[in-house]
Amino acid sequence: MTKSELIDLLASQQQHLAHVDVELAVKTILEQMSQSLAAGERIEVRGFGSFSLHYRPPRMGRNPKTGASVALPGKYVPHFKPGKTLRERVNNSMKKEQ
Amino acid sequence: MSLTKASIANRLFEEVGLNKREAKEFVDSYFEAMRLSLESGENIKLSGFGNFQLRDKAERPGRNPKTGEEIPITARRVVTFRPGQKLRARVEAYAGSGD
Repeated sequence: MTKSELIDLLASQQQHLAHVDVELAVKTILEQMSQSLAAGERIEVRGFGSFSLHYRPPRMGRNPKTGASVALPGKYVPHFKPGKTLRERVNNSMKKEQ
Repeated sequence: MSLTKASIANRLFEEVGLNKREAKEFVDSYFEAMRLSLESGENIKLSGFGNFQLRDKAERPGRNPKTGEEIPITARRVVTFRPGQKLRARVEAYAGSGD
């Protein structure tokens, strides 16, 4: 499912909302989630999961073209931990397939 | 402080103009749509944010850490998140809380 398919699906479920408003709402949600993480703030959605930042310490890397060593600074990367409901529903769906 | 469904709904009320009830309903429908997609075996690609991908894990040997007893970890399907380029770049710039 892509962002535009998600927008179309939500628009079909929320008939009282104009398609452009659904589109704006989805983009607003994603932008707010990105802003939170960029500011180092966690996201917690019960039943879906939580997003947090994981620190990657500085390391020596290599330029794959020249082989020269380069010092890479420490950085943060986004991390998602699925919530209990999502974990269970996804795992149960696999069992039903078999 | 962390971002919650309530703060997302509040932003939809302030910026998109949904009323409070619509905003709350929308946020619930949004996350339910994502769960249903993953539950139906379909990955999610949100450009600019990231991809939610399903991975099937085979059964592997495990141990009860308390008793040391060997018990198999059953085969399972899990959700992983791969942040997109844009989100990675925005988060990388975060300097940390200073600790």
